[in-house]
Amino acid sequence: MFNYIIRRIFYAVPILIGVNLVTFALFFVVNTPDDMARMQLGIKRITPEAVIKWKQERGYDKPLIFNAEAEGVTKLTRTIFFEKSVSMFIFDFGRADDGRDIAREITTRMLPSLGIALPVFLLGLLSYVTFALLMTFFRATYIDLWGVVLCVALMSISGLFYIIGGQFLIGKLWHIVPISGYGNGLDATKFLVLPVLIGVISGAGSSIRWYRTIFLEEISKDYVRTARAKGLSERVVLFRHVLKNAMIPILTGAVVIVPLLFLGSLVSESFFGIPGLGSYTIDAINSQDFSVVRAMVFLGSLFYIIGLVLTDISYTLVDPRIKLE
Amino acid sequence: MKVPYKYLPVLFLVPLFACSGDSWNNPYPATDADKNILYGAFAERPKHLDPVQSYSSNEILFTAQIYEPPLQYHYLKRPYTLVPLSIEKIPIAQYFDENGKQLLDGNSDQRVAYTVYEIVIKPSINYQPHPAFAKNDQGKFLYHNLTTKDLVGIFKPNDFSYTGTRELTAEDYVFQIKRLAHPTLHSPIFGLMSEYIVGLKEYSATLKRVATEQSKEEGKNTYLDLNNYPLEGAQVVNAHTYRIKIKGKYPQFIYWLAMPFFAPVPWEVERFYTQQGLIEKNITLDWYPVGTGAYMLTENDPNRAMILEKNPNFHGEAYPSEGMPNDIAAGLLADAGKSLPFIDKAVFSRDKESISRWNKFLQGYYDASGIGSDSFDQAVQLMGQGEATVTEEMKAQGIRLQTSVPTSTYYVGFNMLDPLIGGSSDSARKLRQAISIAVDYEEYVSIFSNGRGIPAQGPIAPGIAGYRDGQKGINSVVYDWENEQPKRKSIEAAKILLAEAGYPNGMDAKTNAPLVLYFDVTAHGAEDKSNLDWMRKQFQKLNIQLVVRSTDYNRFQDKIRKGNAQIFEWGWNADYPDPENFLFLLHGPQRKVGNDGENAANYDNPEYDNLFEKMKNMENGPERQEVIDRMIVILRQDAPWLWGYHPKDFVLYHAWYENIKPNKLAHNNMKYFRIDANLREKKRKEWNEPVLWPIASGLIVLIISLIPVMFVYRRRERGVGIPNSRAQDSNV
Repeated sequence: MFNYIIRRIFYAVPILIGVNLVTFALFFVVNTPDDMARMQLGIKRITPEAVIKWKQERGYDKPLIFNAEAEGVTKLTRTIFFEKSVSMFIFDFGRADDGRDIAREITTRMLPSLGIALPVFLLGLLSYVTFALLMTFFRATYIDLWGVVLCVALMSISGLFYIIGGQFLIGKLWHIVPISGYGNGLDATKFLVLPVLIGVISGAGSSIRWYRTIFLEEISKDYVRTARAKGLSERVVLFRHVLKNAMIPILTGAVVIVPLLFLGSLVSESFFGIPGLGSYTIDAINSQDFSVVRAMVFLGSLFYIIGLVLTDISYTLVDPRIKLE
Repeated sequence: MKVPYKYLPVLFLVPLFACSGDSWNNPYPATDADKNILYGAFAERPKHLDPVQSYSSNEILFTAQIYEPPLQYHYLKRPYTLVPLSIEKIPIAQYFDENGKQLLDGNSDQRVAYTVYEIVIKPSINYQPHPAFAKNDQGKFLYHNLTTKDLVGIFKPNDFSYTGTRELTAEDYVFQIKRLAHPTLHSPIFGLMSEYIVGLKEYSATLKRVATEQSKEEGKNTYLDLNNYPLEGAQVVNAHTYRIKIKGKYPQFIYWLAMPFFAPVPWEVERFYTQQGLIEKNITLDWYPVGTGAYMLTENDPNRAMILEKNPNFHGEAYPSEGMPNDIAAGLLADAGKSLPFIDKAVFSRDKESISRWNKFLQGYYDASGIGSDSFDQAVQLMGQGEATVTEEMKAQGIRLQTSVPTSTYYVGFNMLDPLIGGSSDSARKLRQAISIAVDYEEYVSIFSNGRGIPAQGPIAPGIAGYRDGQKGINSVVYDWENEQPKRKSIEAAKILLAEAGYPNGMDAKTNAPLVLYFDVTAHGAEDKSNLDWMRKQFQKLNIQLVVRSTDYNRFQDKIRKGNAQIFEWGWNADYPDPENFLFLLHGPQRKVGNDGENAANYDNPEYDNLFEKMKNMENGPERQEVIDRMIVILRQDAPWLWGYHPKDFVLYHAWYENIKPNKLAHNNMKYFRIDANLREKKRKEWNEPVLWPIASGLIVLIISLIPVMFVYRRRERGVGIPNSRAQDSNV
């Protein structure tokens, strides 16, 4: 397994370079270093000299990807792409365009992001699996039928509607929790109730249906028939045997998400005023801060690769038949 | 599986216990309930709080409360009047000729080569407590040579154990003027100021050279001691006096002395913040300002909240004792002579979404709010004479409306370099005049701004010297004066002008091709479609086809800089209340193309430019008004802009918010505000009683719906297993 992990890490390098290259290309198709400078410096009374100075200080005065005036290998290394990319592979994210240290911002903002994402993930997984099992238990009854109808209805509604509707009902009309905001320590809890609740509900439709499908497929297998033939109750068959055996596809979907939880939610954090990484990314896109956008995309792809490796490892833990070669 | 179910309700109860007081939805700690705190919101985080860089309105909300430039605007008097803030009296310009001889009548003397302002600051003004000033028993600075070990557990300036202060001196003002030329800072006014402050441009070159040498020897982010390098244009006379020397005459310079760019920065603070360890921890002057103002920034987490607290070392100031005639009736002089500031603390929360800002205002959690177009009808009703007032719903909550006209203008510019619509030919001028008549800004303001705007008659905004109201102020190219008010000329008049321009009925008389014009705008979303459709219809009145060229903001800026746009939207927010700050937007040497100035239309009229040069150095008075009138007539005839409109600000305030008088140039007005915290707390409790019946009803419905579920469950548990075929059938 160790060799497998090492091999996967080596595979990750070209993927990360590729992602970095695509991010770079997409960003600089719509923005030029001049645009970035003007965005940071403002539009009033900015001189061309100030723009040049800003670019020089941040290394944006070089060619984007190929330096025709340089010699030898420096044709590729004395470029914005190379200089801005290499440092990331040693996790030196540098400074944002406003001069603040990106790594410190990321570590500060990770906690609020986790504050929403982790409860949504855990409560969501628990409730989705439970409801899916219950629907499987009540399969071929009107409970299952209306459950599916409800799931389809939940899937059909936009995530934004849940947020605005939830803020309107629970925050504005019923005065149960604050509409938006964030606090330190335990004080943060009251601000997290609504986004967590909305996060769980908005993902319920599709997830419950997916888990239900997995369970239904599982109960058609021979071992389930054997368990029933042994006289086990349907509850025991489902919750003890089917659930265990359905863990592999559940893990596929769940474990891969775990590392990405750190990155937060772009929409939720903005609407609820949560100072997490999702909100950080949105702000960076709006202010054309390439350093931050690049760092967040890099982290996103890295976490995704880690998630995939963790998924593979978790297979071996839940299914002894699987060996990572 | 039973354990999580058992504890699930607890998870939901925890936050409710965490909520304190009677209002569960209170976003603030219950301990702050009846405290003298102002609550506000901001949507976009400030980029810069260093006074040498900060220029945006969302930044000045904070910097103006912390930093004290020499002058400020009187809070109540109109027109806007400068008064001393940290100095003894308003400095008088002294004029000198090329040989350094003082000219007694500098206003009219053409020999003026330099202007000198000698500024005397008030004694006994101290800075806010700050670790940069902290000294040990031997008088050495405690925190000017920090090591990695010293910085363990330090995340913000408040984490240091000791703070200190010192008296404000003239040197601090001079130090800040030198900072305008600092090589690693980007002052937006450096370009402008280097044209005026003697030696500033050369000073910048010197500092750049020194900084380069220093960084080679000592590495990046080393402290550049500006005190070692004198600047001719800013010199210390004595501890409380300094002198600014500017080239020629620039009467508007005095207004810049009311902006944070000229606020004092002590060298100790610069020295403190230049330490590498602090920079790595994002502790910089750009993030944690240090000043002598009424407030100091005690928490800066612009992703969540920014908190200002009363500066314990504030030198004191009294509430104004005089104002305008209506101010007494409005209760604005009730606090006359009382010591400022009234509010102990101001908490500004970051709320990006207008919906949540609006709802939290209605719940009493923000003390004031602007009005978005989607909540306008809920908040404001227009009376018979077009006068705006709050709706009954707002009145019932005690909410008040304050309207004001900021010193701004929104216009549509014609690129004067464009071969079709630009230039000074009679044909192009008449075409622009025809369009000026056709585009009905009265209708625009009514539809798109809910009446919040005044159609403009020229570039100068109301409230600024040189602006004329009434019949004398109308743009006779576009309006007639009828029934004591301006009336837009008929579309027939515009069509006649269009025909004279060579486009009868919107067709080119030479080629017989339809006239097509291009409107360059930034990428617009669905909500702006109606706006653009409206604009097309205005041109359609003249049978002109308007093609909208929508692009992103960067490309749009690029087009303007290169002069590739034909017709475009633009705006201007004045820096100071002088007509020069509007009229320079059409000054030839200020063209965007070639000169990178602020004249986005690239208008260039020698007669206008000459008059501008004359006007900018004149004192306000009938003579200056005459020159301005002539300039405005030229502009109206040439019509380089559709004059657009001057926006009106509508702001709602709760009943507990007092001493409000909109002042669009004085941003340091927090010290004048007063809050009735007890009334606020009472109203908050009244408006935010938790409504629990929907949750109780939901639980009852859930329990009832579980009964048949339980019934089915029991039946199934007792019954036989389901045939496999049925299970597969339901696998959908």
